[in-house]
Amino acid sequence: MSESGAGGETDRTVYLRIEDLTKKFGGFTALKDVTLEIYEGEFVCFLGPSGCGKTTLLRAIAGLDIQTRGRVEQAGKDISALPPSERDFGIVFQSYALFPNLTVTRNIAYGLENRKASRAEIAARVTELLDLVGLPDQGDKYPAQLSGGQQQRIALARAIATSPGLLLLDEPLSALDAKVRVHLRHEVKDLQRRLGITTVMVTHDQEEALTMADRIVVMNHGVIEQIGTPLEIYRLPATSFVADFIGTMNFVPGTVSGPDRVRLAGVDLACESDGLAEGTAVTVAVRPEDIVVQSVQGGEENAVEARIGEMEFLGSFYRADLVSEGLGEARLRADLSINLVRSQGINEGDPLSVLLPRERIRIYPGSAVRG
Amino acid sequence: MLVIVLYLLIALAFPLYVMLSKSFETYAFRFDTVELQVDRGEGWGETLNAMALGEGLGIVDPGALVTTSDGRFPATSFFPDFSFRAKTLYRIRNTKEGSGGFLVKGRPATGTDWFELTSGEFRRVQIRPSQATGTGNYLSYFSTPALFTSIYNSLMIAMISTIVTVTLAFLYAYALTRSCMRFKGAFKMIAMVPILVPSLLAGIGLIYLFGKQSLVLKVAEWAFGEETVAPWWDMLANGAYGPSEIYGPTGIVIASVFFTFPHALIIIITALSIADARLYEAAIALRAPKPRIFRTVTIPGARYGLISAAFVVFNLVITDFGVPKVIGGQFNVLAVDIYKQVIGQQNFQMGAVVSVVLLIPALIAFTVDRIVQKKQVALLSARAVPYEPKPSRRFDRTMFAYCCFVAFFILGVLAVCQYAALIKFWPYNLSLSLGNYNFDVMDGGGWDSYANSIQMAFYTAIVGTFMVFTGAYMVEKGKGFNSGRTGFQFLAMMPMAIPGMVLGLAYIFFFNHPNNPLNFVYGTMGILVICTVTHFYTVSHLTAVTALKQMDPEFEAVSQSLKQPFTKIFARVTVPVCLPAILDISIYLFVNAMTTVSAVVFLYSPDTTLASVAVLNMDDAGDIAPAAAMGMMIFYTNAGVRLLHAGLTRGLHRRTQAWRTR
Repeated sequence: MSESGAGGETDRTVYLRIEDLTKKFGGFTALKDVTLEIYEGEFVCFLGPSGCGKTTLLRAIAGLDIQTRGRVEQAGKDISALPPSERDFGIVFQSYALFPNLTVTRNIAYGLENRKASRAEIAARVTELLDLVGLPDQGDKYPAQLSGGQQQRIALARAIATSPGLLLLDEPLSALDAKVRVHLRHEVKDLQRRLGITTVMVTHDQEEALTMADRIVVMNHGVIEQIGTPLEIYRLPATSFVADFIGTMNFVPGTVSGPDRVRLAGVDLACESDGLAEGTAVTVAVRPEDIVVQSVQGGEENAVEARIGEMEFLGSFYRADLVSEGLGEARLRADLSINLVRSQGINEGDPLSVLLPRERIRIYPGSAVRG
Repeated sequence: MLVIVLYLLIALAFPLYVMLSKSFETYAFRFDTVELQVDRGEGWGETLNAMALGEGLGIVDPGALVTTSDGRFPATSFFPDFSFRAKTLYRIRNTKEGSGGFLVKGRPATGTDWFELTSGEFRRVQIRPSQATGTGNYLSYFSTPALFTSIYNSLMIAMISTIVTVTLAFLYAYALTRSCMRFKGAFKMIAMVPILVPSLLAGIGLIYLFGKQSLVLKVAEWAFGEETVAPWWDMLANGAYGPSEIYGPTGIVIASVFFTFPHALIIIITALSIADARLYEAAIALRAPKPRIFRTVTIPGARYGLISAAFVVFNLVITDFGVPKVIGGQFNVLAVDIYKQVIGQQNFQMGAVVSVVLLIPALIAFTVDRIVQKKQVALLSARAVPYEPKPSRRFDRTMFAYCCFVAFFILGVLAVCQYAALIKFWPYNLSLSLGNYNFDVMDGGGWDSYANSIQMAFYTAIVGTFMVFTGAYMVEKGKGFNSGRTGFQFLAMMPMAIPGMVLGLAYIFFFNHPNNPLNFVYGTMGILVICTVTHFYTVSHLTAVTALKQMDPEFEAVSQSLKQPFTKIFARVTVPVCLPAILDISIYLFVNAMTTVSAVVFLYSPDTTLASVAVLNMDDAGDIAPAAAMGMMIFYTNAGVRLLHAGLTRGLHRRTQAWRTR
């Protein structure tokens, strides 16, 4: 996709290749035949609800929990059976796992020792890394004397100290305060871009994934639901799970009523029906911000007559419940900008014509999604 | 990993198994499988069955053939006319292969061949009992009232001691945690003193205080005059619980309370100090009167601690051997029975039976304690606000007086022991002398035993700490092989439930067996160290596991990702962070190795006598003052080591303050 922040994919080399990876814990299958390619220098996020297998996948790549079946290939080399110490990666955990009894300097230098580097070289590298993460004067402190954000940066410095080919981040920001978290997102991303290091981050926070990743791998119940750029994932969710998990989505039950047409309770809509046969039960999905309110003429294609139910004030916009006979029991949530509400004098209970743009409607077979 | 699993199997599981099977080993004379023939110069007579012969003569009762493994029956008894000068020839044989057989010419014969013997040789033939497996030992145990009344005695003593100790310790803990009295630190330290001495010393102290030559009596006579005191004393002496009654249940209970007090106190203090201040504030806001708050907030909060303390005390008392041995008099309890059966009567099978009987209440108490302790942890909530007591003059004074009384009693017992050790001959010659310290002229091993004890305690601390910490590390940080780790955890918890006497006896059976390749450790310092480490394994293991659980589980993963060897993370991070716990474990092992009697009393050899056993043996031989002197030596050693430990810990804390505190 041309929208990808890191350029076209086809001309890039695959750095990490995962094939048919399966991991079982006793009777429980945490990963089911996961196949995935990660390109060199790319920032990939594994995103999903807790228990979806994203951390298991990361730990399999690291060799911390060896997979039950399948292959992991890094830089063209099969590393499936190698222990972590023989693989090439740096890792940062949610808890940071900084050694409490060692100073910041010695924490960062930990991986540099026993590598035939002289003391002076190690010291120089540590200074360089401290500068890189923006904490040049904190070398003599102990981890407990630093703030959460500072500890996080030290953990990052320690992980990249040995210049590994792959950086693994296991929910690195979730233990931080909201403000620090937003700030660090940019720093981590910026650092990754400067170093050009292939990075895999596990997160359950969609905002984090959308802002940081070049590509997102959405997972659920041990399988990959969709792989794509943040924009693809948001605009064209491949499954109803992805549509529901990322952002806010309206779901309305319907049936395919003809080629590229779908029927809701009392209204026919034009949309891409992806070749689904007539009569198939589907779920129609549209995002609240894609519903057009302004200057809608009655009788226009995909126009729906509705009435405004409750309006929820969310700061920069209102989220309004739309009730319509055409929708049956289902309700649509639409985002109305403050300006619009003010200029049009919209109140709860007012009638309103809205437009569901044909190219913004997604349909998914089946009808079991919460509305 | 394998080494430590192997260690626990060899030092714990196998010996116990051997002991259990020993308790089912029975010995009985099988005269019906022995046949005899006589040649009085007229050729061989008819074949005689020994059983029929013995019954006919009235020397064998077919209903009473049970004996011990050392039982012997002279073959000549079957011939009342036997004379070793006669020219008579005898023949003897077994009719069944593999039965007990008989001793002929000093060697056991178990085959079915005839032995032809002159009367001179026949004179020395001894019929041996045959070994079988069965519940015979248990039947004879439960049909001997002298033995099975011990069960009742033990349970009674343990229950009374438990109630008294837990009550006293709860009040003391309540004073320490819920009052604003002064000198709390000192009171806490004094209460811990009994841990530092062998339990027997409490018994010795009580004998001096309330025994036949009571120090209390002498002081009273000195203070009020002999005439005033005498009638009172006589009245007491003739009453149900006069001074001579200190030898018996009363003495055992008081001494047991003395030595179990600190154990109960530690648990109850912990339970009381996790109280949530918010609950008290809520209760006050709801206008609950004080007794109701106590009943509905304090007691439920400390409930699990109290139950746990009760079972720990129960277990300590029922398995203790030192106290009833010293002060029990004719009052039999299970732990002493084992000692008497094994050391006194050399009846190992019966010793094993009593051990199994003693194991049952100990196992029950242990199981209940484990269940309760799991629940206690669940009570802890991160949101609780610690309770801060508010000063209240009357309450604080009452508590202060109570603590003074308890502290005075604890120190008094020790002071009396020290005083008794320093005077020439109580109560007739009160001049001071160091004569009682001349251990070399007494039973028990002399000063060597003191040196041995220190050596043993030192090795135990070093070896034990290493084993325990490595084992705990494997359980906590190991990966895969889950069933193995669960099994190890179970083995590590077991020693707590095994009374020392039982462990010691099991060691005799296991290590002294001639076919055991480990037989060479028997009678050495090594077996004492192994036994002591195993005996005190559980508490050390729990300390180590707790310390390891507080560490980030990802340290090893980080170290591996940085391509550092496993030894580096262990030496540079794990051990330094856990150092306080490691020191705690080593001091715990040292102190207990110095004071333990029960497990090692079966295992020491003339070269490896121990100070604590010397106390026992000197007391047994009537040298009570030297026993007290040796007991006090153990106390001073332990107190010294404890101080050293406190100094080390404080120094360590100062050095590591930077990274421990935020």
